[in-house]
Amino acid sequence: MDFSFYFDLPLWIRLTLQGLAVILVLFPIAAACSMAERKISAWIQGRPGPNRTIPPLLAWVPGIWILQKLGVFQLAADGGKFVFKEDPVPGGVNKFYFIAAPILAMIPALSTVTVVPFGAYLDSAGKLVPIVLANVDIGLLAVFAVSSLGVYAVILAGWASNSKYPFLGGVRASAQLISYELSMTLSVLPVFLWINAPGGQGTLSLFDVVQFQSQPGFWGGAWFVFTMPLSAFIFLVALFAETNRQPFDMPESESDLVGGFHTEYGAFKWSLFFVAEYCHMIVGSAVFILLFFGGWNPLPWVTLTDSVNALAGVLPFAAHPLFMGALGIAIFLGKILFSIFFFMWVRWTLPRFRYDQVMNIGWKKLLPLSIANLIAYTLGIALLHK
Amino acid sequence: MATEYAFPDNAAKTDAAAQEFQTEKMSLAMGPSHPSTHGVLRLQLELDGEIVTHCDPILGYLHRGDEKIAENMTYNQFVPYTDRLDYLAPLANNVAYAIAVEKLANLKVPARCEAIRVICCELARISAHLLGLGAYGIDVGAWSVFLYSFEEREKLYKLFEELTGARFTTSYTRIGGVARDVPEGWNDRVGKFCDQFLPILEEILNLLTRNKIFTDRTQGVGIISREDAIGYGLTGPNLRGSGVAFDLRKDKPYSGYKQYEFDIPVGTTGDCYDRYLCRGEEMRQSVRIVRQVLKNFPSGAYYAEDAKKIFAPRKDKVLTSMEELINNFMITTEGPQMPAGEVYFEAENPKGALGFFIVSKGGGVPYRLKIRSPSFCNLSILPKVCQGALVSDVVSILGSLDFVMGECDR
Repeated sequence: MDFSFYFDLPLWIRLTLQGLAVILVLFPIAAACSMAERKISAWIQGRPGPNRTIPPLLAWVPGIWILQKLGVFQLAADGGKFVFKEDPVPGGVNKFYFIAAPILAMIPALSTVTVVPFGAYLDSAGKLVPIVLANVDIGLLAVFAVSSLGVYAVILAGWASNSKYPFLGGVRASAQLISYELSMTLSVLPVFLWINAPGGQGTLSLFDVVQFQSQPGFWGGAWFVFTMPLSAFIFLVALFAETNRQPFDMPESESDLVGGFHTEYGAFKWSLFFVAEYCHMIVGSAVFILLFFGGWNPLPWVTLTDSVNALAGVLPFAAHPLFMGALGIAIFLGKILFSIFFFMWVRWTLPRFRYDQVMNIGWKKLLPLSIANLIAYTLGIALLHK
Repeated sequence: MATEYAFPDNAAKTDAAAQEFQTEKMSLAMGPSHPSTHGVLRLQLELDGEIVTHCDPILGYLHRGDEKIAENMTYNQFVPYTDRLDYLAPLANNVAYAIAVEKLANLKVPARCEAIRVICCELARISAHLLGLGAYGIDVGAWSVFLYSFEEREKLYKLFEELTGARFTTSYTRIGGVARDVPEGWNDRVGKFCDQFLPILEEILNLLTRNKIFTDRTQGVGIISREDAIGYGLTGPNLRGSGVAFDLRKDKPYSGYKQYEFDIPVGTTGDCYDRYLCRGEEMRQSVRIVRQVLKNFPSGAYYAEDAKKIFAPRKDKVLTSMEELINNFMITTEGPQMPAGEVYFEAENPKGALGFFIVSKGGGVPYRLKIRSPSFCNLSILPKVCQGALVSDVVSILGSLDFVMGECDR
């Protein structure tokens, strides 16, 4: 198959198509996650969960009851509800900012994914090419820079609502997101110190991180979660806080702040916040997996290229670049979904921290830990390369 | 900004602080429609940042005038209204009310009736504490506990339905007895419930008891000292959580509680965690009591047979005997006949001591009926406990006091 016609298209058309692809991929996954959340919470709590909805026209299809029991159609019903129900704007809100907030929440959530590589394939020259919208050198920096803009949407929503609960939620959110960003950034520095050690590549690209974890040999093929477990742990905890998930869901803790920053929102605007939260979760999990869990490599010490080469002996089409790309994406998405399952598992198991405890953990425990971690690895790497 | 409700003297302080530090206190209406005020309680909070500087509970959103209603109906007709007091343990309310009126009539009910009532009370206690536990889980953010405990409550509701014909508003007791005898095989099913309940209870409690986040949220939060607990008239697990071993079932036994062996769990520090532990242990003790009752379940009548003017006769007798027909008619229209006098009785309900003060001038209708509701008295300490707490602490304190607004506002 020849895809060269695609590269002959004008740049703006290509970019538009790529942008659309992002939305078309992220939105359904985020929506499916909201469904999964309901189903998984139901299974954790010993109840069936949504299992009734089915479009009447489809009810005759044999075997479709499996999808019905899994609540797949509930997803469409939910989405349709958000679009069609009344979209109230309470009196006394600052209308411009009130409407701008959910849109602002979506922008960083969708744009960070552009620098996340989803897989890789071998081109005709035998060179590994990442499947990514923008394989920029500053990859991770771009993720951090853009995703931290998400806090503006939360503050704006809290402030523009002209209501006290959203206001408190917005204040909490701003403090929390800023505190945990620090430890999150510090926790990934050892990874890049390791990669960029004297004689290294000098990059922040996420693709290169995965490449680094795909090298031959015992230390080359080890995922960073084995070599830097503390970094991975700090990153994971900070990720929970950054994505406002329980036990750190201070900005929206429903037992004391009703709905937090989105108390006054309804219908489609509320669902935009919701989808943005899930997009953050997906991108956050993706980055976590790229950094610490080997990206699209199926197992530690087993790289994607190796496994495709092994498969090529059995399956004739496995040598095709498309197969390798698809396999890589499938493995990567599988890991992301498991990570999201982990998020949900934690949410439905643990109680919620108090606001001051969240700040204590962020500043007094996680930050010193990540600094110590950084110093230890810096010294270790310096000694190794001496 | 002070509100119209509120704290004029604090308003002056706020102004002074605002001038000095350029800060402003915020007043926040928590409730009456708020996910964790357990009904329609409203707390008018005055916040300095997230710290509560003043808390003003505002009650009465669920006031139905139960006490006045009681003056306009016969004693038996008021039983359904007691369901709606502490609607998480209607059976216990029924029993407390019936015993109060029986004390007025100086009536002794047979042992079987007492045994049935004890089972009712203890199952109601388990049911109420399970809900308190589950709701507390939600308050601190652990959702699944709520659904686990509701699964057990569902089993209890099935038992209640078999016994009383209703899942929720049981209206089971009558003055001088209970509405009907226990159904066949019901005792065995209660026994089976007890057997399977204890391991599940351990499982539910294990989710919270040693959970670091849960202990962080509850230990040292909302401390009520022993003196305060007594001074504010706290009863039930809230009082025992503060270390006072006061339980009406032991201290002023009624309905045959004297013959059963059980322990009174008490807390040491009086914080939210202690109150939570007390409730957990009380459920175990309730199971223990129920098992003892089932072991020696008395035979005989389930109502006071000699009290012809008080307990309406059974249907088959009404249809065959003239005298019984007249009695039935008189009890239904005029109400059970009571002597004149005053009586106060309180029972150890799941939330605390539920008391009924009845003034009778004779006849079938009370002249005045005053309800001492434990939730109302327990809430009185709220302004003191919430002072200086964080907003999230208020939620965890409210949950640990485990009140019901239906009983509080009456």
